[in-house]
Amino acid sequence: MTFLELKDLRIHFPTDDGLVKSVDGLSFSLERGKTLGIVGESGSGKSVTSLGILGLHKGGRARISGEIWLDGEELVSASAEHVRTLRGKKMAMIFQDPLSAMHPFYTVGAQIIEAYRIHHKVSKSVARKHAIEMLDRVGIPQPDRRVDSYPHEFSGGMRQRAMIAMALSCDPELLIADEPTTALDVTVQAQILDLMRDLQRDFNAALIIITHDLGVVAELSDDILVMYAGKAIEYGTSEDIFERPEHPYTWGLLGSMPRLDRERTERLMPIKGTPPSLINVPQGCAFHPRCTYGDRTGGKSTTEVPTLLESEGGHLVRCHLSGDVRRSIWENEIKPNLEAP
Amino acid sequence: MATYIIRRLIWAAVMLTIVSIITFAIFFLVPRLAGATPESLATRYVGRTATAEQVKIAAEKLGFNDPLVVQYGRFAKGIVAGADYDYGPGVEHCPAPCFGYSFLTRLPVWPDLLDRLPVTMSLAIGAAILWVLAGVATGVVSALRRGSFFDRAAMTIALGGVSLPIFFTGMVSLVIFSYGLGITAPGGSFTPFLDDPAAWAYSLILPWITLAFLYAAGYARLTRAGMLETMSEDYIRTARAKGLTERTVVLKHGLRAALTPILTIFGLDVGLLLGGAVLTESTYSLPGMGKYAIDAITNQDLPKVMGVVLFAAFFVVVANLIVDLLYAVVDPRVRLA
Repeated sequence: MTFLELKDLRIHFPTDDGLVKSVDGLSFSLERGKTLGIVGESGSGKSVTSLGILGLHKGGRARISGEIWLDGEELVSASAEHVRTLRGKKMAMIFQDPLSAMHPFYTVGAQIIEAYRIHHKVSKSVARKHAIEMLDRVGIPQPDRRVDSYPHEFSGGMRQRAMIAMALSCDPELLIADEPTTALDVTVQAQILDLMRDLQRDFNAALIIITHDLGVVAELSDDILVMYAGKAIEYGTSEDIFERPEHPYTWGLLGSMPRLDRERTERLMPIKGTPPSLINVPQGCAFHPRCTYGDRTGGKSTTEVPTLLESEGGHLVRCHLSGDVRRSIWENEIKPNLEAP
Repeated sequence: MATYIIRRLIWAAVMLTIVSIITFAIFFLVPRLAGATPESLATRYVGRTATAEQVKIAAEKLGFNDPLVVQYGRFAKGIVAGADYDYGPGVEHCPAPCFGYSFLTRLPVWPDLLDRLPVTMSLAIGAAILWVLAGVATGVVSALRRGSFFDRAAMTIALGGVSLPIFFTGMVSLVIFSYGLGITAPGGSFTPFLDDPAAWAYSLILPWITLAFLYAAGYARLTRAGMLETMSEDYIRTARAKGLTERTVVLKHGLRAALTPILTIFGLDVGLLLGGAVLTESTYSLPGMGKYAIDAITNQDLPKVMGVVLFAAFFVVVANLIVDLLYAVVDPRVRLA
């Protein structure tokens, strides 16, 4: 049985301006010990998906349909109270900006202790010992002293380590990291990614990393899912996405990645335009107004919504271009520009 | 933390000194600038029937001929260490804190102020407890059920609460509950707490509710706005992601943060009220500081007015000091500042 499986998940928010289709028919699966990278620009529905898995949209205005299976339990139809008891224990989350994600009035220790004691009936001193162990585990020096520090007394990297300690305090089986390194210095980013890889191995958790930066998921992920306008547009193994990407949007993401091994004279190739409004998603393929190759679909991209189909390469792509055209564009027009001469 | 406390204490002392200088200036410097002579100032002390000679002697004895700095020094010394008044036949010692003697009753002002304090304190603290409980609770529920019937009704009533002056609501409540239904004490009644706690509460319940209504309205709106803001903070999402119950999320994580600005306003409001809830005390004829101030001003009883002004300022400064210290307890980030 698959550990985590999403089937046609839809999360829509009714607003005064119209229905915001933040997540629109998303499916994927993930096993324990494996890592899935969800990649996309802001507003592509990545974060809404993760909050949806945690059940944090329940009781709000969101309209949720589809299925979320976690270890044999369906969560969309489960009661809010039941999902609450799973949160923190069975599934935990690491947020983007640890300064704003930690309560400024409570010590780091108190926040970890709180997380632990929700799910474990232990005394405060036992929980405190556990909190110190966790801080030690994530590489915070002098954890028995730092446990009494406030978040603002930590550096950015330390805060993210503390956040990870908090998320892991109840030994969750599913860990979702939402842009875990975006708010950090580049030097610290690598340390945090290393730490997450080590911890995932130790805890044998299923890990979802949400990011807009393909570089972050490149090293960590087994699978990668590229999201655009609430839908998956390409989904395959990490190798598929990096070696044989077939969607023009993924090409764009790869072209936007600064790389040290590239000649400095070469320019980045950013994706033109901005992500679409989720209320008025463009007709046909949601990506077509920004797509350089839309004219090679014979007009289909502006009228028909493409479906997510298995490509000949063996992974899933949502594109009207024929497989041959895609491969030829990749091999002849994109790949040579991405590789170091 | 220790340096923070010391800084706040020094600041409070500086504030009090500045207030005393300003008060002194209003009553002694400004009249001089407006053309008053030492004699005309002394007239206020010896009465209109005194001869020119008597006035002159009085002006000399009261030190109105001295430079203003010396006069202020004497005034400040009187408050800190007490003062001796030479009234001719003998010397009267006025113990510290000396605000002088009432023109009208010839009695020292300070014991009078102490007499009035319990009334004002009873009124202010009782009302404060009521308005904080009612205002904050209403604000929290309104924020959590934004747009609901409760929210709209509460905010409409709150708008009425802040808009209606106390001399209106006070009068109306007296007419209905005291003179109409006879279930609350009529105006002008006050029993000290130590004499009879039940009678004390009975005599104050109507002023409490009226005063609390006025303030609760503002606090409800403030709490609602604060809660709406904090509940959308990232750390609230984190608290939910931990699996906390919604109750804990709201009370321990949301309200705790939303209360900080309310604490500031609360300190100021209570400090101001302790200096005299002028309108409430007048409306209900309660013999508190506010009523005292009004009477003193009506009678042009200068020492009384100065005494009550300084006393009121003292409460505001002390309330501010307490708020600053509490702030550091509540918000750890302040301790660095």
